[in-house]
Amino acid sequence: MNETLIPKIGVVTDIRIDTPDVKTFRVVTPDGKKAFEHMPGQCAMLSIPGVGEAMFSITSSPTNTEFMEFSIKKCGCLTSWLHQMEVGQQITIRGPYGNHFPVETDLKGKDLLFIAGGIGLAPLRSVINYVRDKRENYGSIQIIYGSRSKDDLVDYQEIIDEWMKDDGIEVNLTIDREQEGWDGHVGFVPNFVKEVNPDISKTVLICGPPIMIKFTLGALKELGFKETQVFTTMELRMKCGIGKCGRCNIGNKYVCKDGPVFRYDKLGELPDEY
Amino acid sequence: MYKISVEKLDDLFKKASESRTIYLPVDKENGAKFEKWSEGKKLSNALNTVRSAKDFIFPQTENLADFRISGKNIEVRDAHEELEDFVIFGMRACDARSFEILDKVFLAEPVDTYYKNRREHGVLVTIACTKPSETCFCQTFGIDPTKPEGDVSAWICDGEMYFESNTEKGKTFIESISALLEESGSEAVEKQQSETKEILAKLPLKDVKTDAFGGDKLNELFNSPKWAELSESCLGCGTCTFVCPTCQCYDIRDFDCGKEIKRFRCWDSCMYSDFTRMAHGNSRNSQLERFRQRFMHKLVYFPANNDGQFGCVGCGRCLSKCPISMNIVKVMKTLEG
Repeated sequence: MNETLIPKIGVVTDIRIDTPDVKTFRVVTPDGKKAFEHMPGQCAMLSIPGVGEAMFSITSSPTNTEFMEFSIKKCGCLTSWLHQMEVGQQITIRGPYGNHFPVETDLKGKDLLFIAGGIGLAPLRSVINYVRDKRENYGSIQIIYGSRSKDDLVDYQEIIDEWMKDDGIEVNLTIDREQEGWDGHVGFVPNFVKEVNPDISKTVLICGPPIMIKFTLGALKELGFKETQVFTTMELRMKCGIGKCGRCNIGNKYVCKDGPVFRYDKLGELPDEY
Repeated sequence: MYKISVEKLDDLFKKASESRTIYLPVDKENGAKFEKWSEGKKLSNALNTVRSAKDFIFPQTENLADFRISGKNIEVRDAHEELEDFVIFGMRACDARSFEILDKVFLAEPVDTYYKNRREHGVLVTIACTKPSETCFCQTFGIDPTKPEGDVSAWICDGEMYFESNTEKGKTFIESISALLEESGSEAVEKQQSETKEILAKLPLKDVKTDAFGGDKLNELFNSPKWAELSESCLGCGTCTFVCPTCQCYDIRDFDCGKEIKRFRCWDSCMYSDFTRMAHGNSRNSQLERFRQRFMHKLVYFPANNDGQFGCVGCGRCLSKCPISMNIVKVMKTLEG
């Protein structure tokens, strides 16, 4: 029997400080293995018993055979606790949950445009690194990523050291306001998307704060993109992760089980409650 | 069909409890309640129990796992209970159908093993209704209270209790008590059934219809302006969800007992304001949205995923318990009208 509500033990083997409020945690089982296999976009339930349990997207790529990573923003009880952990701390982990970005079907052979805002890069990083590792299966890669400030760009080091140096990857960064030491673009993501003016044949993967997604989708439509070309990933309150506890229910879908990845036109068929 | 004199039911319970725990509705100060049978406890004549039978398969509180923490290390213990076989003796047709609805949630992949474990250990003996009340509307959902579903159907007429098994499990149960039963024709049962049907045809809620609902009515119903008026006086107390035999939303919470941390699953309600609250916000901020969610789930979302089956069995508990007299019948009548 698959005891899906009973978690496994995970050990935090590395903690990277990404931004003032985002840390990336590396997790393996006590015997040093990956807790389970996943696909890009899937999530896991992490918990500190007695503190809480919550769903987080797995930010590392499935092609990483050694460990899993979670980029977590400090914003509530559990995440605050996770942020004060030290290396060697055990946590509980269960998953993987949900569907995934269609990397082996709809996205195959396509030119891809990733658009992220803030911590919204976390689920997309899994796809970006998956696609980088299976480069021959995909067309061009363009990344548009924005954050409040230079210091709030998650995975900044990986972006400049690895992504920007890859052939066939175009990275466009922006921050909300002028900042000393930043000579890149300044402005919000939706407007930046219009300025960058990506080719409308691309397939878009988008994640960020709801307000950013909403306006970016408007910008994409203005440019001529169709909703059927856009995939996003959702987040709602979850307890079980298996479509039974009722919390992440929107219409006849459960975000934990039927999502978190939705094609935009499909999301539009659901009640506007997210 | 088999029968036993109602006067000899104590013997039956005694015999049956040799191999299984028997639960039956007994009369209490505040209405009928399922209790474990012991010598002297009598089967209630009440139409239904105040709380539904869902506790038997989906308890209000259930221990899922335990954790022991030492320094940076955590130890997990599976808290699945060892269950004994049990009989729920005296469920009504509505509650029996609610198990079928809960099965569609908890037995869907990935299976909820806590639920499955309880479900497999239980035998359902249902009793036909003879005095359906003015809050009953099980007929709306195609339920026949004169021939209730379950592992064994039973009828009480003229001082005799009649049994008919519907499943293998039911057959095994009947065999275990067969020494006390005698074979019987079904004439008395058929007579009772036709008499009850006459009462059913006169019930005030007999005309509640589901035609305006179903999976294909999502946008039309979700956007109805009538939700504002319907939900205006809802207190968000959650009583309807707690007495409902089909409400299945739950919370998972940890309780620090000092020595260890126990993880519990507890009933929850989509009517509560913190049900969907996250650190970054709440997707249903108003009582209107929460109220709408509960009824849309039963009347639209659930049938959309379950071949048109509605998430209500017409037991009428929410009709009699809601402190502001709001209920699913009023919602259905208002939305369709």
